[in-house]
Amino acid sequence: MKISREDVLRVADLAYLDLSESELETYRNQIDEILEYIGKLNELDTTNVEPMAQVLADDQTADATLREDVVVPCQVAPEILKQAPDPEPPYFRVPKVIER
Amino acid sequence: MPANWTIDGVQEALASKQISAREVAADYYKRIEARNPELNAYLTLSQDRAFAQADRVDALVAAGKPLPPLAGVPIAIKDVISTRGVRTTCGSKILENYVPPYDATAVQRLEAAGAVILGKTNCDEFAMGSSNENSAYGPVRNPEAPDRVPGGSSGGSAAAVAAGLAVASLGTDTGGSIRQPGSFCGIPAMMPSYGRVSRYGLIAFASSLDRIGPFATNVRDVAAVLQVIAGRDVNDSTSTTAPVPDYRAEAQKPVKGLRIGIPKEYFGAGMDPDVRKKVEAGIEMFRKLGCELREIRMPHTDYAIAAYYIIATAEASSNLARYDGVRYGLRVEGDSLLSMYRKTRGAGFGAEVKRRIVLGTYVLSAGYYDAYYLKGQKVRSLIAQDFRDAFTKVDAMVTPTSPVPAFKLGERTNDPLQMYLADIYTVTGSLAGVPGISVPCGKICGKLAVGLQIFGPPFGEGRVLQLAQAFEQAGGAAL
Repeated sequence: MKISREDVLRVADLAYLDLSESELETYRNQIDEILEYIGKLNELDTTNVEPMAQVLADDQTADATLREDVVVPCQVAPEILKQAPDPEPPYFRVPKVIER
Repeated sequence: MPANWTIDGVQEALASKQISAREVAADYYKRIEARNPELNAYLTLSQDRAFAQADRVDALVAAGKPLPPLAGVPIAIKDVISTRGVRTTCGSKILENYVPPYDATAVQRLEAAGAVILGKTNCDEFAMGSSNENSAYGPVRNPEAPDRVPGGSSGGSAAAVAAGLAVASLGTDTGGSIRQPGSFCGIPAMMPSYGRVSRYGLIAFASSLDRIGPFATNVRDVAAVLQVIAGRDVNDSTSTTAPVPDYRAEAQKPVKGLRIGIPKEYFGAGMDPDVRKKVEAGIEMFRKLGCELREIRMPHTDYAIAAYYIIATAEASSNLARYDGVRYGLRVEGDSLLSMYRKTRGAGFGAEVKRRIVLGTYVLSAGYYDAYYLKGQKVRSLIAQDFRDAFTKVDAMVTPTSPVPAFKLGERTNDPLQMYLADIYTVTGSLAGVPGISVPCGKICGKLAVGLQIFGPPFGEGRVLQLAQAFEQAGGAAL
């Protein structure tokens, strides 16, 4: 077994994800099977292989993609706040986080 | 009215005043009204925006002004691509009422080129799936075989075009999500090179893999849509400044003498024998067109699915952290901030998305990062190297798009690993960043479409389109 019930609980906690009892068990089984399959990567010796995080074209070296930091007016705040579940313009309101 | 317009057909009819852009749009909404209740390809229609745009096109015609390249062409947009003022759900309950305050660059460019945006198409939730069955708004049906899936995740975009409910559409491809539904629905479908089309406004699944690309009824129209959406965008620093060639001109070049690689590893076990027969007949057709066929090796192909599902889920777990019930989308109240986050995400995400968040968080977590995430990235390097090596010997590669034709609704939903394995021939090109297209390559028993995939070198979209168009014109779809 690659992944235990405690592992799934720990990971769900890291991801701020509520899972029901039945989800927990289903995902444990399915992810176990997937990790078992993924284990085939260990057949490959990658000691001297560089990890690849991104595909970049020739013109996209880190420096080339930096642009001028220009201030542009952005007047979408009211429109964006309208999407919020609990807006208090100009703020987003969240449940209380500090006890007095 | 034709069963489905081509872009050239719309342009000629408008220019000669046989029909107005408003009439074309109205005709498409009539078709959608008739067929969408069964297919479920569209989630949201944008009539106001479409008719306003059609009227602008008609005003240009009336004034005798030159028409932009997609003037009056009705186009559908996958629901993971932002459209200002038009609801964008990503196929998820968590964004059920989300209305973006801006347009994706690809959408903005389509409209600037005169296209009429008809509406938003159904897809697997956050583009995670290969059958469109992971949509919170119900599955899409395959227009040719309604008991079967249209493929995914861009199933709505593929079905809409195949059923004549749009002239073209945009989808997104992270591991095969444009090419595989194109193959299942029997239409050409293209994933451009990573960096060729701006991702600005594409709601992120896996940022190092996500790409926007077109579906159409023919290769020439795919080229025309790509022409408009391709090119550098300052709002996406991964978009390239490499010049955009004239794709329709490229597509018309003769293919005689081109070297085509046939990677042995793409014809292994697990492939439906009828799919094999069709694709082998397709390869034979390239020989008849004067191409030189070469058997090549892509030794790391068999590891691509494993590497892909590490990298894609890791990136997804990070990208989907933003859905927290604070700024937009669903909120489920809790007795603390943390409990609000947890309940919102637990209630708002569907099963596949939660599964991938758990897997992705796991492979990134302390103690497992090196064994899984880093290992996955190293294997990605090896797969990219396979492609670089191959393109020193050949000009393009031909493979099947999917090992199987469209499967029945519900047939694979209980076994996620089996569903993932169906992406075997498409994820390789996703990891390597190269362009690929799926073109129709006959139908099994006259009903189930088979797709032939063509990969080109990075930014070799012209080459890919050239081979695809030659194949189409030689009768590939009727094999």
